[in-house]
Amino acid sequence: MKTVAVVGASLAGLYAARALRAEGYDGRLVIIGDELHRPYDRPPLSKEFLTGAMDEDQLALSDAGEEAELNAEWLLGVRAQGLDARGRALRLDGGRTVTADGVVIATGATPRRLPGAAALSGVHTLRTLDDARALRAELTGRQSARVVVVGAGFIGSEVASSCVALGHHVTVVEAAPLPLLPQLGEAMATICASLHADRGVRLITGTSVAALSGAGAVTGVQLTDGRLLPADVVVVGIGAAPTTGWLDGSALAVDDGVLCDGGGVTTLPQVVAVGDVARVAGTRSEHWTSATEQPTVAVRNLLAGRTVEAARPLPYFWSDQYGVRIQFAGRRPADCTVRITDGTPEERSFLAVYERPDGTVTAALALNRPRAFMRLRRELTSGVPAGHASRSR
Amino acid sequence: MLPKSELKGALVIPVCHLDDLPEGESVRLSTEPPIAVFRTAGALYAIDDTCSHQDASLSEGWLEGCFVECPLHAALFDLRTGQPTCLPARRPVRTHRVSVDDSGFVHVEVAADARAATREGSAA
Ligand SMILES: Cc1cc2nc3c(=O)[nH]c(=O)nc-3n(C[C@H](O)[C@H](O)[C@H](O)COP(=O)(O)OP(=O)(O)OC[C@H]3O[C@@H](n4cnc5c(N)ncnc54)[C@H](O)[C@@H]3O)c2cc1C
Ligand code: FES
Repeated sequence: MKTVAVVGASLAGLYAARALRAEGYDGRLVIIGDELHRPYDRPPLSKEFLTGAMDEDQLALSDAGEEAELNAEWLLGVRAQGLDARGRALRLDGGRTVTADGVVIATGATPRRLPGAAALSGVHTLRTLDDARALRAELTGRQSARVVVVGAGFIGSEVASSCVALGHHVTVVEAAPLPLLPQLGEAMATICASLHADRGVRLITGTSVAALSGAGAVTGVQLTDGRLLPADVVVVGIGAAPTTGWLDGSALAVDDGVLCDGGGVTTLPQVVAVGDVARVAGTRSEHWTSATEQPTVAVRNLLAGRTVEAARPLPYFWSDQYGVRIQFAGRRPADCTVRITDGTPEERSFLAVYERPDGTVTAALALNRPRAFMRLRRELTSGVPAGHASRSR
Repeated sequence: MLPKSELKGALVIPVCHLDDLPEGESVRLSTEPPIAVFRTAGALYAIDDTCSHQDASLSEGWLEGCFVECPLHAALFDLRTGQPTCLPARRPVRTHRVSVDDSGFVHVEVAADARAATREGSAA
């Protein structure tokens, strides 16, 4: 291979570039990213960066030394517009083309927006550093603002937590009867939902947003149940869709993500997909750890020209809310039940295991219980039966 | 050789009795910055407790040989040097000297640069 192009200059794209060099690829490496910034880490954007505990320079995923070693051509602030049917030519902004023998798709996901949001100031989504800068400026420029967060998923909940820490009055609106139900199941989702009240955040569930009110600047959120929530700032955290629009007209199969086999290989053998944009063997993850793990295998397959390796890493994610660290690892089959083995929900510190009817542990959830969680996560990863799940180290 | 006054001024923190720190265990000292003390199969080590990557306590990590794995994103640190051996950590954590006195009590001598950082931290 003479040229490999990585589209998307963020977490998965950077890890793919690293993996290419680590595998000994010494050809031309082009990294195309539509943000102007060098790769940076997104998880702190809703947490430490928003509260001001972390600065912009601490978000960097790489440094000058490493970048020199990678020896890549960085095309930043440049959007890929399309991939030709053979998967060899990338069309870029301004009519430029990059021809490559291998392509890594790492374009991540794009937040869903509310209709009418674009016309009003004070309405935010949070995905990029620029989004976070704008939201942080708005939150630190005011005191005791009324903030409405739409969506009580992980990002929405973290934003709510950060806003409270900054002294604002926060209401969270969630359309589902219970947030995080698909991720955690009813019992654990109920516990996580109760964290909002710990810091005086009002959580309204089972109601969606009918409209945003205001002229020029947002003044309130109109709910479908008729209520009007006054708001100075609105943050919309209603999920993200994989960024695949630019692949329209390519030969790749796309269905809520770029379809790949278990090795990250798409319908074209010289094109792989990694990170939030990739639907790997039927599953699309939107987690930091998947974006860092998938590139290793995908890049090996890319260099081999076919799938020589597949991986099924244990899903893992964390979230920090209201001073509580939530960690989850594993899978939740439909027939599993959940049981707390260490600590209690009341002390906001416990470990829970998800088990099949035969007692096999398939997943673990911890709130402020990192040690016990880590032990179980390792056992789940290694496949050694977690028979002593209830014993903390 | 350090000048005597410096030696005298060395910040030495009592940790616990060796018997209270079994092999494979760790203890976190609420110093500023916090310090993690580990007892491995053959030795005692002390490093800064906060991961050099982001906000996680290494004393909660997974101890394997003379390495500890961060409980948040799995960076691995060499307890002997404080150097990370894999991503996402790219900077070392500070190491501190550990000693055991005649009665079997464990002490940590806080590294000088850590103390400088402490002074800056408390002044700010
Ligand atoms: C606020 C926030 C908090 C999070 N917190 C956590 C957490 O606590 N725990 C956790 O596990 N995960 C968390 N995540 C998720 C994690 O950050 C993502 O899973 C990870 O960023 C995915 O990496 P990626 O490289 O696949 O995609 P992204 O990081 O989204 O990067 C994709 C890049 O591609 C660029 N791009 C898109 N289209 C094009 C194009 N056509 N041409 C060129 N470039 C393009 C985008 O601009 C972007 O820079 C969080 C995410 C956010 C936004
Ligand atoms: S906080 Fe330790 S590896 Fe990220």
